[in-house]
Amino acid sequence: MAAEIPPLVFMRGITKRFLGVKANDAIDFDVRPGEVHTLLGENGAGKSTLMNVLCGLYKPDGGEIEIEGELRRFRTPRDAIAAGIGMVHQHFMLVPAQTVWENMVLGLDALPQVLPRKDIVRRIEEISERYALRVDPLAPVWQLSIGEQQRVAILKALYRQARILVLDEPTAVLIPQEIQSLFATIRQMRGEGHGIVFISHKLDEVLAVSDRISILRKGKKIGTFAAVGVTKEKLAEMMVGRQVFFNGAPPTTERGPVFLAVRDLVVRGERGNIAVQGVSLELRQKEIFGLAGVAGNGQLELCEAMVGLRGSESGDVLVQGREMGNASPRAFLDRGVAYIPEDRKGTGLVPSMNIRENVVLRKYWKKPFARGRWFIDWEVAAGHTGRLVERFGVITPGLGIPIRALSGGNLQKLMLARELSDNPKAIIAVQPTWGLDVGATEYVRERLLEQRDRGAAVFLVSEDLEELLALSDRLAVIHQGRIMGITKNPRALSEEDLGLLMAGTSLEDVLRGREERGDAPLPGPLRDPGTFFAGDGAAQKKAFRAEGGEGRTPWA
Amino acid sequence: MGLRVVTEKRVRVPVWLEVLVPVGAVMGALIAGAVLLALLGVSPLAAYAAMLRGSLGDWYGISETLVKAVPLTLAGLAVALSFRMQVWNIGAEGQLYMGALAAAAAVRFAFVDNSLVMFCLMAGAAALAGGTWGAFAGYLKARWNVNEIITTLMLNYIAIHAVDYFVYGPWKDPASLGFPMTASFPAAARLPQFFDSRVHLGIFFAVVFAVLFHIVFRWTKWGFEVRVIGANPKAAQYAGINFLRNAVLVMFVSGAVAGFSGMCEMAGLQGRLQHGFSPGYGYTAIIVAWLARLNPLALMGVAFLLGALLVGGDTLQVVMRLPLSSIQVLQGLILFAVLGAEYFLTYRVRFIRSVPDSPKEVD
Ligand SMILES: Nc1ncnc2c1ncn2[C@@H]1O[C@H](COP(=O)(O)OP(=O)(O)OP(=O)(O)O)[C@@H](O)[C@H]1O
Ligand SMILES: [Mg+2]
Repeated sequence: MAAEIPPLVFMRGITKRFLGVKANDAIDFDVRPGEVHTLLGENGAGKSTLMNVLCGLYKPDGGEIEIEGELRRFRTPRDAIAAGIGMVHQHFMLVPAQTVWENMVLGLDALPQVLPRKDIVRRIEEISERYALRVDPLAPVWQLSIGEQQRVAILKALYRQARILVLDEPTAVLIPQEIQSLFATIRQMRGEGHGIVFISHKLDEVLAVSDRISILRKGKKIGTFAAVGVTKEKLAEMMVGRQVFFNGAPPTTERGPVFLAVRDLVVRGERGNIAVQGVSLELRQKEIFGLAGVAGNGQLELCEAMVGLRGSESGDVLVQGREMGNASPRAFLDRGVAYIPEDRKGTGLVPSMNIRENVVLRKYWKKPFARGRWFIDWEVAAGHTGRLVERFGVITPGLGIPIRALSGGNLQKLMLARELSDNPKAIIAVQPTWGLDVGATEYVRERLLEQRDRGAAVFLVSEDLEELLALSDRLAVIHQGRIMGITKNPRALSEEDLGLLMAGTSLEDVLRGREERGDAPLPGPLRDPGTFFAGDGAAQKKAFRAEGGEGRTPWA
Repeated sequence: MGLRVVTEKRVRVPVWLEVLVPVGAVMGALIAGAVLLALLGVSPLAAYAAMLRGSLGDWYGISETLVKAVPLTLAGLAVALSFRMQVWNIGAEGQLYMGALAAAAAVRFAFVDNSLVMFCLMAGAAALAGGTWGAFAGYLKARWNVNEIITTLMLNYIAIHAVDYFVYGPWKDPASLGFPMTASFPAAARLPQFFDSRVHLGIFFAVVFAVLFHIVFRWTKWGFEVRVIGANPKAAQYAGINFLRNAVLVMFVSGAVAGFSGMCEMAGLQGRLQHGFSPGYGYTAIIVAWLARLNPLALMGVAFLLGALLVGGDTLQVVMRLPLSSIQVLQGLILFAVLGAEYFLTYRVRFIRSVPDSPKEVD
């Protein structure tokens, strides 16, 4: 009788405690060769912790790990890598100052003193060709967008010939086409007998790619299920413990006056390139203005310029009709512009400081946190923090510990709590539900809609088309620093149409394509009367005037 | 098949290690020092006993240790402030000299025969001069991203030589028999000394400033801004904290405190400006700040211990008739061990038998 093939990974009774929190409580988890096993669970359920145990970053307090039937104890990540485990972390860890190819070989054992750069670059190109993961091996990592960095992180694991690949929320920053190609990569690896652990909060993806699904809740495993025959609703319910609904929000009928306008804005990127090439748009109160685009097409620079974090080459940003010049971030803040940056650990939060300090980060100089001219009242800050943590359901081991210890989703919740808590007039939100579980996503979307209905101007920048289509009252697509078009009727467009626009196809061609395919003509006014095309200043003005009424022409 | 050394960053530092490592380091250094002393033909035990007795054995020793702890604390605070912001001011020595120079100028050109007025004048001049010296480097850093480590280091040489220019040249006391020093200051331009020792008014300010810095870091907006910039400059920008303003301000305050300590050292001890009046307090202060983990209150304790090390060394020189250089080697050994031990707190070092390309290692 042939011996049964042992699973690639068998984790048995894994327990991991942090300062009183049981992040993993006697969890059994296995991965077989040639399967995708998904871990599903709310923010803070313990998914990343379990995988960090697997890849040798954390020592478990209990339980054991078998790799291909052999008992192993990983003392360090190196041991795990040597055993064939490759992990792409939720907050992946690359060295920003070094190039892509250097990052690939960093930490590899048995490196020759002189690195055979050519060979390495060639191998990277081979792998990236084979798995359709485009990157420039010679670019320094700090110049790459988060999406590109993630591709590097995946490549890095593949470069090390991992037998078991752990992907902790890999799709959060990819557009549909990229997600499809990632799935193709995953399927290819599965076909080659690899074992893949997949973590995602997007249930459609989970169902599309998984063979088996394990659900964690509050550190405990609820169960493992075959992916066939499970529905989204069922999964959500098992995860959260209650039913979750989210349907598209009704669009607003009455838009308010222009709150923030951008006029012919040209902004340089980190590499000195022109990242934003003459963008004009305007955010109105009581609307959600969506901006779709593939990461690295200028949306980051645009947003930073819109909140004073980045100077512009030419053009201007106007808040309530007032030109901001190159005003400081605080000037924008004082006028009620909130900003939820994409890069939460790098920009939005201070990982080594505690929750209190992070909560007052953008308001410590104001009442009630300021006591007199010089001091900060930490008691008031603590009270405020306690309330926010409760209201936004941030799960934390304590208010006094560095927020580094919080789970990814909880970091995001914390940042949102801070930015939304004092009724901002405008909210620039980049990927606000990145990494949030279904329940929290629902919660955040509701908060954004609530802010809109209260009268805030919301600028929603995302790569998640489902989200953009569900929330936006108007939608623009950005490609290579130019606005491809602005539509007043986003729901008329399909995700495929948007994907094409994001990839650089012009709106006209997309419309023609629809006609040729014989799709139904788009209902309602597709083109926003205020649609601006880059470089066409006269047309912009004309279009703006044509809209008339509420429009104070900011630059007239 | 050979032994391979692997180092990796610790995920967490266990508490026992945080205590054990520095203690072990000092023990190790003392043992290495014992070998050195034995080679010099001195009984190590007797030498260490002499050091201990000289620095902490009687009131005189303790008072001398306190005297040395004063400039170490003040300059250490100055350094710690800038380090908190991740601005590496290693120019405390130069700022200290500039402070003393400016205070000496105040005595020379604006003397008023009233201790209080004179103290304010000297302190103001010293703080202004030291502060400007620091702020200059801070401005270069913030405005043009000029590396502050290099500028502050270079400014040290300029400051030390500027003092030399005056004490060898125009300000030299004709009655000094050729020694490079100014004339003795009048009584009103000296800081009072207490307890029948050389402990002077500076000690009061060392404590006050340490407590003040503690309050600034803990409770004030400015202290918070400085810490945020140090912890995450991008988040600081996002919070609307002005880097340029803070870099200049932090370097000014840092330089001012260092300058003030130079003034205290001069007016509290020597009572005149002289060549090389600081034996590198500004540099030792960097070690003090670092060992105290930039904590102002802990800094006082560390300054006291390092002060004791310096005084103990002096005793050794006198009692054991050891050359100054051998004492400096001993002191260097201890500091080297303690600082080097930091490495073992952040990194774990393992020796493993290397079996190339075989992932078979199981335990
Ligand atoms: N280093 C740490 N120190 C203390 N607590 C920690 C640490 N890492 C994680 N935790 C806690 O353990 C719990 C599980 O965190 P984990 O990161 O595994 O969650 P997750 O399931 O990956 O969530 P998310 O979907 O938000 O990424 C959380 O309550 C978190 O605060
Ligand atoms: Mg996680």
